[in-house]
Amino acid sequence: MVRFLIRRVALGFLVLWLITVAVFGLFFVAPNNVARTLAGRQATPETVAAISHRLGLDQPLWKQYLDFVGNALHGDLGYDYYHQVPVTTILGSALPITLSLVFGAAFLWLGLGVFNGVISATHPRSFTDRSLTALSLFFYSTPTFLLGILLLYVLYFRLTLAGHTAFPAGGYAPFGGGLGPWAQHLVLPWFTLALVSAATYTRLTRASMLDVLGEDYVRTARSKGIGERRVVLRHGLRAALTPIVTQFGIDVGSLLGGVVVTETVFSLPGLGKTAIDAINQQDLPVIIGIVLFAAAAVVVANILVDLAYAVLDPRVRLH
Amino acid sequence: MSDTADVVAVMSPSGPESDPHATTRPTAAKGIEGRTPWQLAWQRLRRDRVAMVSLVVIGLIVLMAIAAPLAALVTGHPVNEQYRTIGLTPDGLPRGPSSEFWLGTDDLGRDILVRIAYGARISLLVGVASTILTVVIGVVIGLAAGFLGGAVDTVLARLIDVVLSVPFLLVAIALVSITGPSLIVTVLVIGFFSWASVARIVRGQVLSMREREFVEAARSLGASNSRIMFVDILPNVLAPVIVYASLLIPVVIVVEATLSFLGLGLAPPTADWGGMISEAQTYYTTSWWFVVFPGAALLITTLAFNLLGDGIRDAFDPRSERLMAK
Repeated sequence: MVRFLIRRVALGFLVLWLITVAVFGLFFVAPNNVARTLAGRQATPETVAAISHRLGLDQPLWKQYLDFVGNALHGDLGYDYYHQVPVTTILGSALPITLSLVFGAAFLWLGLGVFNGVISATHPRSFTDRSLTALSLFFYSTPTFLLGILLLYVLYFRLTLAGHTAFPAGGYAPFGGGLGPWAQHLVLPWFTLALVSAATYTRLTRASMLDVLGEDYVRTARSKGIGERRVVLRHGLRAALTPIVTQFGIDVGSLLGGVVVTETVFSLPGLGKTAIDAINQQDLPVIIGIVLFAAAAVVVANILVDLAYAVLDPRVRLH
Repeated sequence: MSDTADVVAVMSPSGPESDPHATTRPTAAKGIEGRTPWQLAWQRLRRDRVAMVSLVVIGLIVLMAIAAPLAALVTGHPVNEQYRTIGLTPDGLPRGPSSEFWLGTDDLGRDILVRIAYGARISLLVGVASTILTVVIGVVIGLAAGFLGGAVDTVLARLIDVVLSVPFLLVAIALVSITGPSLIVTVLVIGFFSWASVARIVRGQVLSMREREFVEAARSLGASNSRIMFVDILPNVLAPVIVYASLLIPVVIVVEATLSFLGLGLAPPTADWGGMISEAQTYYTTSWWFVVFPGAALLITTLAFNLLGDGIRDAFDPRSERLMAK
């Protein structure tokens, strides 16, 4: 167990290190004109050189890289090129928004997906099963940005035209400003993200439940006269949860790095939107900071998933 | 890919177990035909009405892509022609569907119908090309890792882990923003970050096959490693790869549309569904057709591919749907 953890953490650092190298290399190859942009159109070459020097851009790449890694190991990810704000501060202010979005949506999609999956699996080939399967495939096939725009059109625009302003067009209200406005701003993004993701869980739960409900011990439980509801939930669902937990961990991990599309459609200034803005401005420190954080979230989620696996399924041995 | 759901988990990559050398035997008795697993799968697929309808829909979309110039010819509206006077309202807003513009016009007064037809080319091209690239890289690396084993396997397996942890969409966006958007860059970026799942599936299958008798037989006949890998083992691991690939096409189409939507698609004025929806975003309050028609085209395409992919999976793995007698 301990050996397993050490190996996974080591692998995680390897991943993060490779990503810093890749992103650094990438932006070195690219024509870098940040200093020129910052200096303005009228700037003399001297001004540009001064700015370049201030940002450390005149240093050889290997030195810039070593400085970055050295600082990063001390928890310092540098400063953004444009306003000299620490990258950690930028990450810190964007993270709560992404967290609110991801966890709210995750709660919804897990509930929706598992509920529908269980209903489908206990009534295989029924009308309900077929409709739920069709519906989940429909949402699974819908691109996130399309669903977001459609929800905005119907639930914001049409509803507002009709005289009921239930949801804002976008933006974010901090949690500290009250639960109501916070949730109101997030309902549409939550559903956008949840409906697209729930499909995977419906199908996963259905398949996994069907497998489990065909097992001998479930028949045994039934033959002992245990009620159907209890058989399904206690004996069936519990054993069927393992693949769902795996998928959940991976999804939450990869979404924490920024829900790029949903945040863009609903103008939520979370990590994803911040990353897009930084990419458009070639703000390298911010890009690296967010990409690193995103990769770290995936790595940590994967480790947690493997641990959860061992806890849920005693047959799994970690080595 | 952070926003697109992962297809790995929805599918059960367990292909037919029988090996093709045994199935091509001559018929044992009259009336009983020997069928390869491929023929069996195709037969099952043909009986699947939903899959067949999806196949027809996909055929129509392909036809639309090929015949895109025809759409321009029939309507008399070239794809990038801006009709500033007849195609826009006096306020400069897009015009709705009419006898002149069947599906309305966009913000520059261009014919949406013609642009949708041309956009199909991009979606299909990127969808198929990226999927082929993904599968080729994934199969080669998966075969090498599973068959050669040892140090090769250790390195490749770690590489697979690394690529699977990369925040795909972010890095893809960063990459495209540096190289500048183009068809080739989009295909390469998608292929480069998606092969790892294929490689993992193939590696697993190869590991279970490496010690089988037919591999030993091939080796005792003096077959080289590459011959055993590509001639003897590859056909046996193809079924799950084909299932995965068929479900990957719609995912790739969505990724391409997403990149365009985020402004990293092909440079304007190229007609592209994701880009059209992105332009339509600011007009959704005044011009519903601008977002609805390209959106519908995109949705119908991904839905058809997903339904077909589901059918292909069931055809190769009949167990997954039928083993549920309660």
